[in-house]
Amino acid sequence: MMFAGLSRNDKLLFAGFTIAALAMPLLAWPVGANYPDLLQKFAIYGIFAIGFNILFGLTGYLSFGHAAFLGVGSYAAVWMFKGVTMNVIPAVIFGVLVSGMFAALIGFISLRRSGIYFSILTLAFAQMSYNLAYSVLTPITNGETGLQLSQDDARVIDRMFTEQTAGLPSTNLFGLEMSGYPGFYFCCVLLIIAFFIALRIQRSPFGMMLRAIKTNQVRMNYTGFNTRPYALTAFIISGMYAGLAGSLLAVTDPLAGAERMQWTASGEVVLMTILGGAGTLIGPILGAGLIKYFENIFSSYNDGLLAESFSFLPDFLNDALVFVIGPFVGEGWSLLLGIVFMAIVIFLPGGLMEGLARIHGWYRRRGQGDAGRKVAKQAAE
Amino acid sequence: MTKSNDSGVSRRSILKAGTALGAGAVIAPTFFVRNAWAEEFRNNPGNASSVKFGFNVPQTGAYADEGADELRAYELAVKHINGEGDGGMLNTMQPLMLKGDGVLGKKVEYVTGDTQTKSDAARASAKRMIEKDGVIMYSGGSSSGVAIAQQSLAQEMGVVFMNGLTHSNDTTGKDKRRYGFRHFFNAYMSGAALGPVLKETMGTDRRAYHLTADYTWGWTQEESIKNTTEGLGWETVNAVRTPLGAGDFSQYITPVLNSGADVLILNHYGKDMINSLTQAVQFGLRDKQVNGKDFQIVVPLYSRLMAQGAGANIKGIYGTTNWNWSLQDAGSQAFVKSFGQEYGFPPSQAAHTCYVQTILYADACARAGTFYPPEVIKALEGFEFDGMGNGKTLYRAEDHQCFKDVLVVRGNENATSQFDLLEVVQEVPASQVTYDPSIFGGELGPYKV
Repeated sequence: MMFAGLSRNDKLLFAGFTIAALAMPLLAWPVGANYPDLLQKFAIYGIFAIGFNILFGLTGYLSFGHAAFLGVGSYAAVWMFKGVTMNVIPAVIFGVLVSGMFAALIGFISLRRSGIYFSILTLAFAQMSYNLAYSVLTPITNGETGLQLSQDDARVIDRMFTEQTAGLPSTNLFGLEMSGYPGFYFCCVLLIIAFFIALRIQRSPFGMMLRAIKTNQVRMNYTGFNTRPYALTAFIISGMYAGLAGSLLAVTDPLAGAERMQWTASGEVVLMTILGGAGTLIGPILGAGLIKYFENIFSSYNDGLLAESFSFLPDFLNDALVFVIGPFVGEGWSLLLGIVFMAIVIFLPGGLMEGLARIHGWYRRRGQGDAGRKVAKQAAE
Repeated sequence: MTKSNDSGVSRRSILKAGTALGAGAVIAPTFFVRNAWAEEFRNNPGNASSVKFGFNVPQTGAYADEGADELRAYELAVKHINGEGDGGMLNTMQPLMLKGDGVLGKKVEYVTGDTQTKSDAARASAKRMIEKDGVIMYSGGSSSGVAIAQQSLAQEMGVVFMNGLTHSNDTTGKDKRRYGFRHFFNAYMSGAALGPVLKETMGTDRRAYHLTADYTWGWTQEESIKNTTEGLGWETVNAVRTPLGAGDFSQYITPVLNSGADVLILNHYGKDMINSLTQAVQFGLRDKQVNGKDFQIVVPLYSRLMAQGAGANIKGIYGTTNWNWSLQDAGSQAFVKSFGQEYGFPPSQAAHTCYVQTILYADACARAGTFYPPEVIKALEGFEFDGMGNGKTLYRAEDHQCFKDVLVVRGNENATSQFDLLEVVQEVPASQVTYDPSIFGGELGPYKV
């Protein structure tokens, strides 16, 4: 029932994805990314990028304000922790619902325009939300300091069952603390579910409709379809994905700051999707992983660490390498990311997925070539 | 359901695979966190020959200048702890347990991170240091919001956080934590130190107008300065909140002209202060006469880096600072000398507080004889020391705030160099700025987490 109507390839894709996601700590080990915080970020921003891709990859509507939903989801979740309970389930549900409603409101207005005007509208709304969160709505968002838990929060449900402890309580799933690896596996399971839903959407008639909007919306309209409800639905779903990601950020670290809604955060998810390959299922997740990896690992390199990692080389070579690479790591990590992004857009317009497809094709051709030669050789004998 | 078998994957095989995966998911977490129970505390260095410190500073964004200077100071502190260089303040600090051979016989190594002056990025970077690099202590600062966010993370993680530059009352007030320590002074102390000087230079009959950066530090500073000035008999005309990083302050400064105020108090820091002060001067505020008195501007928290940015506009303007390189005590001179030899220019107050914090933590470990956080925390609590540039200093146990002399400074009228921008008007003794820890509320929380 759950898998009805999916092709064999899709089932394999899903199974492969599930295994890869659960085994992420092992897969990330060789590149030094196997610590809980970064793994959590991989899963969370993976969800964010999958959701963004439902809108951008399928309908072609480029939203430059998706971080607003991420932020709204975070604030909603933290308020749930403060007001009701430290259990993560209500927080996640509330975060998704609130950002879904918020997306409905913004989508309803923004989708009256398309192309660049749509992008600018969403950007304006996101920037507006950011500034509201930063100063006007300080009682709700605690401004620049960020919304945090405190000792005298209400936590109505928790108070009914447990005594208050000396320290701040931590987020939990029925007693299982949501930091470290348990937190990662919680995000990971949700990533797998999110991926599955995206897969179903992409293969459904609804997904077909969304792709039709991307291909030629005017023609759709002329044939008598009202495309806006479809686009709006995609926008809301995408906003709910962002809200889920936002509430998961709060689950793994109960704090929400306005900077999550800033335009740079909105731009980041666009980068993730394009880097990985817009319109593909796996691409945006790869893009999200790559960007988070750059942000967390390359920014931590300093000249001392670099010199250490090249210490097997003679001194003058070592110094030269550190001199050349130094500006691109540490505080210059975004410079390196920029160069990688440019290279990918220029040489692989389809993102990392196109790169993988090319490698795959190359192997197949080579394989076929070998087989062909063998056949030819046999024929000659 | 039964119809879905035509693609070759049976329900049975999916169930099997699902069970296997589920079992894997249950086993995997216990496999990865197994070590957590074996060790006594997080990132215990055990028998390793070295320990790691984490230095998390803004390397990009509005506070990048301060962050760069902080990082220089951290590197210098690690050198001195390991017995390299000329030893700096290790020669002047009293009492001292460090011997210049690292900490408890272990060499100190360090990792760095970029906070981007954002709470999120700072916490992500700090978690990387704790979970991946295994730091035993981390430190950093430049924005109170970010510092508070990192400090509460420290409590959750059970790793000590030594605050760098953070001036909000909340850091050691309502948001204080058992695992967080602050050497830098705070807004309350600025107010208490400034009060008498303001009374002397501007009298008791003044009308003040506040422009305040809209976040934790701005709020608490506005409150503290207001309390002080109203205690002198001043009247507060208005207090306006401005968004952080506004850039253009003209819309906030124009109303000041017609408000009847004769003192403008700028609760701004970094680039905001440079912009708002420059614009206030350009609007001719300082040449005005209001209520028969010269119009005055006060910047409660000064830094040399800000003074450098504001140029000639700071001449004659009063404020406070934690430390200045021109101080003549042995500790300050030793620090300025070794910092100057290393980098070629004098250190900022941000660099000073970060350097001192690193040394203090290392020394506390040496005195405690262990890296076990609860013992190290107890060694720091109530610790009295001297020779670190601010005279006799106490790390108060109740709120983890250092109490020491505060400098009231004035923009130098005739600077002799590009660094000689602040003139120390008065060294206000610690006793005059000490307050009751209970006035700000907050809970330190437990030793063991």
